[in-house]
Amino acid sequence: MKQVVIIGNGISGITAARNIRKLSDLEITVISAETDYFFSRTALMYVFMGHMKFEHIKPYEDWFWKKNNINLINAYVNKIDVSEKKLYLSGAGSIEYSILILALGSVTQMFGWPGQDLKGVQGLYSYQDLVLMEENVINVKHAVITGGGLIGVEMAEMLMTRGVHVTFLVREKGYWQNLLPEEESQLVSRHLRSHGVELKLESELEKIIGDENGHVVSVKTNHGEILDCEFVGLTAGVKPNIKLLEETPVETSKGIMVDSYLETSVEDIYAIGDCAEMRMPEKGRISIEAVWYAGRMMGETIAHTVSGHKTAYKPGKWFNSAKFFDIEYQTYGNVGNVLHAGEDKFYWEDASGTRCLKLVFDKETNILKGINVFGLRMRHEVCDRWLRENRTIFYVMEHLKEADFNPEFSSKFDREILDKFNDGGFGTEVVLRKNQSVLSKFLGF
Amino acid sequence: MKQSNMEFIRKAGLVVFMTGMVVFLASFFLAKYSYTPEIVDIHVHEAEQNLLLKKELEPNEGRINNSNISYVKMLSDAIAKVNKIQLEKYTINNIDINNIINRSKDLKFSLSLADSVFAGNSLEVVFKRESFTAYGGWLDDREFDSQASMKEVLSGIAANISRYEISGKKGFDSYRTKDLKYALTKAASVGPVRDHPLLFIFLTFGLCIIGAVIYLLPGIKELPGIKNDHIFNNSMTSRGWLGILTGSFLIIFYILLYYLPEYMTNWIIMVDPLSMALKGSEAGRFFLYGFIYTLAILVMGVRMMIKYRGNTYQQIRTVSVMFFQTAFAFLIPEILLRLNKPYFDFKNIWPLDYDFFFDNSLNQLLAGGTLGIFMLGWGISLIIIGVPVMVYFFGKRWYCSWVCGCGGLAETLGDPYRQLSDKSLHAWKIERVVVNSVLVLAVVMTAGVLYTYWTGSSQIAGLNTYSVREAYGFWIGAAFAGVVGTGFYPLMGNRVWCRFGCPLAAYLGIVQRFKSRFRITTNGGQCMSCGNCSTYCEMGIDVRWYAQRGQNIIRSSCVGCGICSAVCPRGVLKLETGTEKGRFGKPVLLGNDSFRDSS
Repeated sequence: MKQVVIIGNGISGITAARNIRKLSDLEITVISAETDYFFSRTALMYVFMGHMKFEHIKPYEDWFWKKNNINLINAYVNKIDVSEKKLYLSGAGSIEYSILILALGSVTQMFGWPGQDLKGVQGLYSYQDLVLMEENVINVKHAVITGGGLIGVEMAEMLMTRGVHVTFLVREKGYWQNLLPEEESQLVSRHLRSHGVELKLESELEKIIGDENGHVVSVKTNHGEILDCEFVGLTAGVKPNIKLLEETPVETSKGIMVDSYLETSVEDIYAIGDCAEMRMPEKGRISIEAVWYAGRMMGETIAHTVSGHKTAYKPGKWFNSAKFFDIEYQTYGNVGNVLHAGEDKFYWEDASGTRCLKLVFDKETNILKGINVFGLRMRHEVCDRWLRENRTIFYVMEHLKEADFNPEFSSKFDREILDKFNDGGFGTEVVLRKNQSVLSKFLGF
Repeated sequence: MKQSNMEFIRKAGLVVFMTGMVVFLASFFLAKYSYTPEIVDIHVHEAEQNLLLKKELEPNEGRINNSNISYVKMLSDAIAKVNKIQLEKYTINNIDINNIINRSKDLKFSLSLADSVFAGNSLEVVFKRESFTAYGGWLDDREFDSQASMKEVLSGIAANISRYEISGKKGFDSYRTKDLKYALTKAASVGPVRDHPLLFIFLTFGLCIIGAVIYLLPGIKELPGIKNDHIFNNSMTSRGWLGILTGSFLIIFYILLYYLPEYMTNWIIMVDPLSMALKGSEAGRFFLYGFIYTLAILVMGVRMMIKYRGNTYQQIRTVSVMFFQTAFAFLIPEILLRLNKPYFDFKNIWPLDYDFFFDNSLNQLLAGGTLGIFMLGWGISLIIIGVPVMVYFFGKRWYCSWVCGCGGLAETLGDPYRQLSDKSLHAWKIERVVVNSVLVLAVVMTAGVLYTYWTGSSQIAGLNTYSVREAYGFWIGAAFAGVVGTGFYPLMGNRVWCRFGCPLAAYLGIVQRFKSRFRITTNGGQCMSCGNCSTYCEMGIDVRWYAQRGQNIIRSSCVGCGICSAVCPRGVLKLETGTEKGRFGKPVLLGNDSFRDSS
């Protein structure tokens, strides 16, 4: 019988395993050296903050895998023998495969900063990083985090629950400005500061300074500033984890090169998730999408191919989400950090400066291209439909309520948003659709 | 405000709160017990028992008992002694039975035989005659095969009389004994609490409230947003020693309240002035309980309001449970009593309110004039119209997390423990069997009670309806709902009773599962399986299981507290009551177009 071996038990590898099991009777083995069981990587921070225990971030109970006949092996893969179709494992001999799925994930991006190997200096990606952080945070009063992305904010939030003063070095003029437009970036920056994060913009890490025990004592910024600290978080992003493939014929660049069927340059070897690099990404998408959702979708897709229904990976409209301390963020479609040629935007922010809505649209046709929303929840299904159906911004404004996904009794902002829109000089005045009467709402007409 | 100042205020609040707790615990012991015959006169009106009990207790007159344990033991002994004396005096003995048999002709029994054996006017023979007529009337004119079988049947009747009739009519049965021990202990209590109840209310409840408020208020200065930091690092909220200690305290409190109220009289004396002011009579144990219960919901309700700032749904819901507890469960029933109307909680619904159809409740309502009849009609309408209609439109949450008293306590006092519920599939299986069994049991018990009410017969298929209802009250009404239901908050989460035991929740749940508009929807493909929703689900629903596959959450147990939605960091969950169409739709995870054409 065909033996499917998956390296990596993150969301990509596990989604592949689960879906192959749904579609076929193939033998499935998942190998990981990180943890015995699949866990939600994005939830590691909550374990550190005491919101949950590690067992809570395992999405399936431990009996699930045996019941579904998915073999789990906790081992490190030392070597892939492509010609023999064999994997050599740390301590546990070898295992043969008919089909190999690489779901290797990422590793923390290091830029060769002087002192990056000192004690108390770390990134945050894996379970082991979390364990290390628990050790490293003991007796820490001051921490410096460098790299203004999502992991940096998470790390700041984590550290602050332990009473650590956090200095956050960001290279750009505002937080995450290589992805977020100016207004949104400012909104998040303000929020970080309101929580007591010391945000140093246009600052870069020059070197990390250690003591005689090899432990970090301070960092030096590009402005020559010395910041005392006992902890340094390196969060300038992640890169595909491709070390395992160094001595194999599997073609790699930044990541493992895959075609639209997620197949690598070697037959019967596929790569999915963070480690995969698309040769020909779909229009409007980048070649490496190191996000949870992309990993999950690739896992679903590869399962069909492996189970005998060859299926190309076609992601739909882009979406993503995150949370910055108390502010939730959702995005649908494409909103660049600057407007592209021919684009226009509508931006609304509430009086408290903690909620905003950004719509980007085509200047000529008024067709919606993307949505950014902070501090409010929007309905994915509706936003996705607007984008697919090429709805104009006027249509969107008129139907904004349909996308409301906030909890019941939440403050309503659609009136305010519409007023702002009508004042914006976009040409056509949009009139809010009449409220359903309470009675008809109650009876569901 | 500076972090350190906030910490200082919090600590100060904690100290004040703990002081109140310590005084409360200490006041349990702050009394002596002095017996006087007058207290028997107040509580025992039957001349025979009154004299006997006073005689038994006479040697203790003027003696001061330092502990309630020895005092209660003294009472127990005296009551047992009276029962023994009465049993000996009134038991229909072998001689009586032999007399009946000897006087019978051809082994035929008739009541006139018994009447002739028990002829006379003394207390004993009058009692024997009357009780034998009541218990043995059905045997009139029965013919027996042998002396032995006749003796066996007649002895059985005598045994039933000894068991049920003598202690009830001539001595003190178990209910009476429990009440009497409580009343005689309370009346005999002397000491600082008796002398200064208001001072002690301040030193206990007052300090606890002040301390709690001081502890909670600095939270207002924090930015809105739910902070669950360190919940699993805190021994109070992660089944550590503090949690176990708190659970033990609650369990002991409930055991005292339900089974041994005679030991907690000092706490009840403390709230007598409040009870006098409110309903014009002394406090009972359930007045004390209602008072503490309401305070807990109000103070911890304030905590909810602060913790869930920025989430209007949570805040409105909390105000709702605070209101229904204070007005409907606590004040209105007590005021009704003051107005000489039947005690009635307008928001309590059978079968949670399991004694609604008990004969004494029904008689009380039927005797309560127009208002009583209205109450009866109201109660029945809630069961047959209120529940299905409201659940259809809003889900069972309209009751469980907006109105119900048990739910109110769980959502306020219990909120810090919601993460301790068991989310395993195994627990769900147990839950379904147990909670639905309790519903069946409640229906059967009530059917029996009504059968007895209408026919006057207390036996069905070999079961005594009074025994069944007594067992239900003891095991379900008190042990499960109270001792386990609340005592286990810090051990198994705040909804143990609601999830595993509440028959009304089971009934509401069946409607919610099969005929309702309520569901929790998931937002396209945004779930990233973090597990906050499942962890903070007090009902132990594995919300994530549904969310991560894009499936609506429709579960009979969901009380619609909305916390899953509140703690979701990605805005994935929303409580909704749209039309029924598509409620059980196929799971959808948006974002992947790879199979869009094929499926």
